Amino acid sequence: MTAATGTARWFAHHEARLAWRDWLSMITAGRRERLRRVSLAIVIFAVFLHFVAYWMVGPYADAAADKPTLVAITATVLLSWLLMISQAMESMTRAFYSRSDLDLILASPVSADRLFAVRIATVALAVAAMALPLAAPFINVLVARGGAHWLGAYALIVAMGAAATALAVGFTVALFRLIGPKRTRLVAQVIAAVIGAAFVIGLQVAAILSYGTFSRNTVLQSQAVLAHAPGLDSLAWWPARAAMGDPVALIGVVAASLALLAVAIVMVAPRFGDYAVAAAGVGAATVRQTRQAAFRPTSPRRTLRRKEWTLLRRDPWLVSQTFMQMLYLIPPAVLLWRSFDDGNGAYNLLVPVLVMAAGQLAGGLAWLAISGEDAPDLVATAPVPKSFILRAKIEAVLGAIGLVFAPLLIVLAFVSPWHAVVAAAGILIATMAATAIQLWFRSQAKRSQFRRRQVSSRIATFTEAFSSIGWAATAAVAAVSLVLAIAPALIALAVVAGAWCMSPRAANA
Amino acid sequence: MKHVTPPTPLALEISGLSKRFDRPAVDGLNLAVRAGEFYALLGPNGAGKTTTLRMIAGLLRPDAGTITVAGIDALADPVAAKQIMAWISDEPMIYDKLTPSEYLEFVAGLWGIAPKSAQARAEELLAWLELSPHAHERCEGFSKGMRQKVALAGALVHDPQVIILDEPLTGLDAGSARQVKTVLRQRVNAGGTIIMTTHILEVAERMADRIGVIAHGRLIAEGTLEELRRQAGNGLGDAASAGATLEDTFLALVAEQAQAA
Repeated sequence: MTAATGTARWFAHHEARLAWRDWLSMITAGRRERLRRVSLAIVIFAVFLHFVAYWMVGPYADAAADKPTLVAITATVLLSWLLMISQAMESMTRAFYSRSDLDLILASPVSADRLFAVRIATVALAVAAMALPLAAPFINVLVARGGAHWLGAYALIVAMGAAATALAVGFTVALFRLIGPKRTRLVAQVIAAVIGAAFVIGLQVAAILSYGTFSRNTVLQSQAVLAHAPGLDSLAWWPARAAMGDPVALIGVVAASLALLAVAIVMVAPRFGDYAVAAAGVGAATVRQTRQAAFRPTSPRRTLRRKEWTLLRRDPWLVSQTFMQMLYLIPPAVLLWRSFDDGNGAYNLLVPVLVMAAGQLAGGLAWLAISGEDAPDLVATAPVPKSFILRAKIEAVLGAIGLVFAPLLIVLAFVSPWHAVVAAAGILIATMAATAIQLWFRSQAKRSQFRRRQVSSRIATFTEAFSSIGWAATAAVAAVSLVLAIAPALIALAVVAGAWCMSPRAANA
Repeated sequence: MKHVTPPTPLALEISGLSKRFDRPAVDGLNLAVRAGEFYALLGPNGAGKTTTLRMIAGLLRPDAGTITVAGIDALADPVAAKQIMAWISDEPMIYDKLTPSEYLEFVAGLWGIAPKSAQARAEELLAWLELSPHAHERCEGFSKGMRQKVALAGALVHDPQVIILDEPLTGLDAGSARQVKTVLRQRVNAGGTIIMTTHILEVAERMADRIGVIAHGRLIAEGTLEELRRQAGNGLGDAASAGATLEDTFLALVAEQAQAA
């Protein structure tokens, strides 16, 4: 039965239909005939995740609610919640700034408050829905091995989604008031990008500084943390107790989260329209560049490279998105600094981290240079061969990677030349592999679509990630034994070869 | 002795050009545009105008046929053909994070123009298009008209012999449209060749030396407005003798072709 027009239910139906179609389009890259294959891949991935979960959390299914367990679960919940806040902030920023249907809604005679209330609630549901598939294998394993009380974790995730959205709404609105709609978008997006990473990195840095290891658990299970942790009856443990199925804690956390979301909706929905109108009134600020004296003598190749670097340097949002991986280099840099003169085996850990980061960063940069071209016709109609253009863009990627990793490699070379050589080789190979994959799967897009680049090809996304992991593993083994590194290198090569075979370029070759 | 006027060289010659997507978009098209001519290509939506222009600009590979630009086989030697051409689409493709001056430096670099002459030309173009006060501002805040003018300046900075424009006046205000038209006319007066598609028939009527009408990927009529009126023949009825507008003539030609099909 169709709901009466303009009611919250009617809007909810409208939003659900849009969300469903958007999701379908995202997982099938806009080709419905792929749905069956994608569904099968999801099922296989879910089964695989259950095995991973069994290995990771299976032994802890019967754990008692003692302090070490509560600390570990609370840290996991906190990390997940920060990631949810990050996603909710991203969604809220999009809701305020993306024009899509806002003009139509605000110009219509229906009460927009209801739609905005539904829209905020939809963000909460979407945030929880994104977390559930990833958490489900772990919860299922805990339920199977530890008992039905672990089912409370499902309710906890929904509550976390609600609380994360409420907080994101409050934070975004506060930013709107404090720094105005002009700056809110960028600040909110950058904060959203780093918020989750900051927690993990903070724990790792603490672990390295205190214990000389990357392991977060070393900090969480240390005597210092356990001694300073609140008593077992503290409210701070309620989320962890809720996950373990404590009914009082579960009801309390769920009720508090839903109440928080309700307050956010009641307070913000009536003003949502005003914020959206304010956001719409924000034009791009006029930015004057320092006047350069004269056009510089250059070649077409150098012109293209310079353009790529200039565009990247001038886009703080893209820099924050692209260089997210660089945040993960902070712990290895701290490790390098701490181990500078004691010559321990920490460098074996450092090498794969550098290679992995390089592969991932190269993938993002290569997408921007190769696919994310805002003036493709201009470049394509230039009197230079296509191969020439591609070569210049690849050089731009390699140059950027070199600039980022050279300082770390130089420092590493002073303390362990062998590790520096292995890391340099790994970085180069991982960069070239990621760039090649982006080249084979290239499809024209706007740079602003960077966040959704994985939608155009899931295969490219996965092979790029597996290739980086493969080369990182190869470098890790090579740091110890070159002969033993042959096996992981062959696997990494197979991943890259598989990417080529599945790529549209191979089909057209 | 009888004086023989040498034939005007051709800026563009297309022969048997075909391109098929899920159906034929361009179907054995033949076209010749003289050097120094303003040529307007008209046609209903989906007639194959943009596909034709994109093939000429080297953005699409034809399935069959030949394209010759100022005597250069554009399919055999695309780089040489691109050196003397410029392409502008209805959606100006410029870089938000570059200033007009930097954009022109980038284009000049791609076309391998010497920095000194490129800069002088860029400054002249920016002044001509009234962009000088914004020459060092990033393009991200520019209106559609300003963006289109920046794209036009980019197309002219390397002094092309042939300029190909796909709906260049779409979305421009009256002032910007007039400026663009003036620049294009001056370009033709200076010996350049313009090939342009437009849905604004008044622009084609006023500016074009010759007009080609394309439907279902084929050229169905070509000539000056007077010649088109004659080709429209019976379709125009009494209007032909009364000096029919290009709109009347175009609609009559397309209707005739639809009936014949």
